[in-house]
Amino acid sequence: MIKNKVISRFSFLEFKGVFENYLFILPAVVIFALFYIYPFYEIFNLSLHEWNGISSVRQFIGIDNFKEIMQDKVWWSSMWNAGYITIIALTFQNMLAFSLALSCDRDIRMRKFYRVIFYLPPILSEVVVGLVWQWILNSGVQGGEPIGLLNYFLTKVHLYHLVHNWLSDPKTVLTCIALVHSWKGFGWGFIILLAGLQTIDRQLYEAAQVDGAGVFSIFKNITIPMMMPVFILVMILTILGSMQVFILVLSMVGQGLVYHTEVPVTRILVSMMGTGRFGYACAQGVVFGLILIIGSFMIKKISAKVKQE
Amino acid sequence: MKLSLYLNRYKATKVLGSIFLHTFLMAVAITCLFPLIWMFRSALMTNQTIFVDKGIVPSSIHFENFYLAWTKGGFGMYFFNSVVYTVCVVFGIVIISSLAAYAFSRLKFPGKNLFFYMFLIAMMIPLPGSFVPLYVLMNKLHLVNTRIGYILCMINVGLSLSIYILKTFFDKMPSALEDAARMDGCSKLGIWLHVALPLARPAIAAIVIFNTLTVWNEYILATLLLNDKSLMPLQRGLMVFQGTHSVDYPLLMAGLTITVAPVVLVYLFMQKHIIKGLSAGAIVG
Amino acid sequence: MLFGFGCSQENQTKGVTVWHWMTDRQESFLKLAQQYQEQTGIEVRFELYAPSELYSRKTIAAAQASVLPDIYGILGEKKRLASFIEGGFVANLSPDFEANEGIWEKNLFVKAINVNRFEEGNVYGIKPGIYGVPLDVTNIQMLYNKNILKKAGIDQPPLTFDQFIKDAVILRRMGIDGFVSGWGEAWIIECFASNYAFNIMGEEKIMATYRGEVSYTDPDWITVFNIFKILKDKNIFVEGIVTKGNKYAEQDFALERAAFAFNGSWCVNVYDKMNPDLNYGTMLPPRYNLESPMKIWGGAGSSLVVNPTSKNKQAAINFLKWLTAKEQQAFLSKQTKNLPANRHALSFLPKILSQFASSMEDATHPSIWKHNENLLVSEAFAKGIQSIIIGEKTPEEAARDIQAVKVYEMEKDKKRLNR
Repeated sequence: MIKNKVISRFSFLEFKGVFENYLFILPAVVIFALFYIYPFYEIFNLSLHEWNGISSVRQFIGIDNFKEIMQDKVWWSSMWNAGYITIIALTFQNMLAFSLALSCDRDIRMRKFYRVIFYLPPILSEVVVGLVWQWILNSGVQGGEPIGLLNYFLTKVHLYHLVHNWLSDPKTVLTCIALVHSWKGFGWGFIILLAGLQTIDRQLYEAAQVDGAGVFSIFKNITIPMMMPVFILVMILTILGSMQVFILVLSMVGQGLVYHTEVPVTRILVSMMGTGRFGYACAQGVVFGLILIIGSFMIKKISAKVKQE
Repeated sequence: MKLSLYLNRYKATKVLGSIFLHTFLMAVAITCLFPLIWMFRSALMTNQTIFVDKGIVPSSIHFENFYLAWTKGGFGMYFFNSVVYTVCVVFGIVIISSLAAYAFSRLKFPGKNLFFYMFLIAMMIPLPGSFVPLYVLMNKLHLVNTRIGYILCMINVGLSLSIYILKTFFDKMPSALEDAARMDGCSKLGIWLHVALPLARPAIAAIVIFNTLTVWNEYILATLLLNDKSLMPLQRGLMVFQGTHSVDYPLLMAGLTITVAPVVLVYLFMQKHIIKGLSAGAIVG
Repeated sequence: MLFGFGCSQENQTKGVTVWHWMTDRQESFLKLAQQYQEQTGIEVRFELYAPSELYSRKTIAAAQASVLPDIYGILGEKKRLASFIEGGFVANLSPDFEANEGIWEKNLFVKAINVNRFEEGNVYGIKPGIYGVPLDVTNIQMLYNKNILKKAGIDQPPLTFDQFIKDAVILRRMGIDGFVSGWGEAWIIECFASNYAFNIMGEEKIMATYRGEVSYTDPDWITVFNIFKILKDKNIFVEGIVTKGNKYAEQDFALERAAFAFNGSWCVNVYDKMNPDLNYGTMLPPRYNLESPMKIWGGAGSSLVVNPTSKNKQAAINFLKWLTAKEQQAFLSKQTKNLPANRHALSFLPKILSQFASSMEDATHPSIWKHNENLLVSEAFAKGIQSIIIGEKTPEEAARDIQAVKVYEMEKDKKRLNR
């Protein structure tokens, strides 16, 4: 009987402990359930319907929306455009962020100054960034002189053949948008990578130097492996952020240069507010989300494999 | 003789390398500073001169644009609202996400991984069309056009990312301090408050910065969920300068400068914590 | 704590609430609301939500939650107005327009009212009637800079397309850009193309194209597309015209960077702010087909509708009647430099606006046509023209692409109807 009492008291304590643990995540889960799970369910539900967003009638059509998306050429080309911006971000932006973080990791002069300055672009709203860069890349001419700063500068240094219509040439417009996006975004990567670099124990570096290891070898054998989880985090955040770009595109090229500057979010907005096909827009959103998830998980899988080697 | 030659060459390469490095850093810094300078300088001009005058220093300076932007844009009220929303949301997120992240990292309960992946996946699936069901729900809960409704909504926006970052950080924390505290009879909540939070200061500083930015620059949800002008945040004030057909550029730039200033200040204050906290952790660990 | 954090909608049953997106007019609206309260004791609240895209989203969300205000506006194509009417969110105002021998209707421009009217037998299946109240009238025309033309030795703005090309070539030789417009925005490309389409082939054929009976590869359409090619070949456009938002195009014309512009009557306000000394005039797009008239787009600029489930429906309608009366229209017109919807308020117009007003005769508007093109086809249409302007495609290639989209969309529509 004493054994039973002990057991029941133990289970009660255990239960109490687990219940307390749930309390820790309760506020987060409640808010999340209300503001994310419910709308998510609605959107998923809507993606199986034909609805114009206004009438009380919603027509159930099963997976017809998804079938239509598969054949939507403009949709997939917008995916490709966003993918291009993401690739440039992953390479150019993150390499820039990493090299800057490496530079600021050491005890160089004005380190604090740089740390602050490099984070300024992300603070600016995309509207401002779009406005400023549009003015810089403007290819107009007035009174024989280029209006845009970049072209103006190029003519001043006599590099006339480099003067170009940056934002109205299909060959350059997407790259320009991608570069501006990278310029705006590298501050995020810079901070996270710098924080990561600073958690690496200095003693490891000192020990390696005592052992006679060169700069390159230290970099390869200490820095890179220890930074792997941070790299993954930055890569995933970059992909998520770059694929969803759209405010910057709208403020730099307006409704776009033919179809070359369409991105998935602008297509979803067209379906929602333009053609008024909410069900289709929700289906596009679901497909978009699935692709992002698959991309992120693939990166995690690849990194796990690399870790093992 | 040979040694001094070597030393000179070594010094030379070091100096060259340093010059190269600093040039590179300076160049990047200038491109980062440029939009802010341009914004500020444009705020001092007029509609007629703003796109014609290419110089950095405007020929005639109109400081009154800032005053005009503040009064015409009704910034006083909007500024107050932005501050209220930012403080409440950031505070809310720090508490709620650190509680949850601590639980995901250190506590055991069934379904832990399921819940965590739920938050993770939410980060990856954007919901562009969600404003309709969200609005209907908020309306049913009588939260439309209320401050608390907007705050709760914005807390949700930053929740997933904050939980993810904090959990990653809590995972790397050494458990020695925790075990010591537990042996001293500290409750779970006590450990969270007295051990985990202080150690996680750099990560918390990071999510404070991220979320401050998100809330401060937000205007879509604000316009959708709020009706009363008296509840609107700063970004709404900026919209007044962007008319349907004409844009009042100098006032808009002045307004933007006023809007950017507080965030820069928050960042200046917080970034010290990231680095300070991190180096302290490195020595202890 | 909930109390301290805000108020909800419950204490707004008295008075009339108006939701709108017109940033430029909020000040004037507030003044008028104050006047109205002094006169009638009824409070009118004007709530501004900008930009207009966000405004549309808000109205859609509010419709779903059944919390639309007493008065609001519906942006976009006629199809959207039809959807709102079908959903029961818009009151049929015909009874009020026709009351007292139709005095309200007679005071306003026919073309402005027709934008909000559904005719007998319309393709949307809406009961015929007038469903919105126009606040102002606009039309979209070409503008020319008198000083620049004089400098180039051109005394008269061109009346024919050939003359226009000749003039633009002269300007180009002097290093002046000929033409600017906000062709980064699809609707204004469509407008220009549509004007020439009316001139070249007439309304009937265009309607037949929308019905799918005429292909976009038809020679008449190729002629329309070719116009853009000619303009591009003669280097008449301002650089970067295809990514220029209308706001930036307005800047260009105001700062005298181009001799001709294509813009709507709201530009008067914009140009005045940026360059009060600008000396310019209006003209119709120069005719390509000399035997046919040139049509421009014109009609109601902004309109407001009434929520039928509102508790203050009659008060709302009365306010709108007051708002469109001669004095208020004259006030709005003077303050915001827009054309009034009330025909009796014309005498208060400044000179350049009268020029715009006088062309209302030649105006038509997509909202009054029997058929409208599918939005994705219109998008392909505008983007096809963009690709002609940047030299990516020839008119024939662009036409083939547009027709392909048209065929695809028509098949989808058929499938949707058969479900």
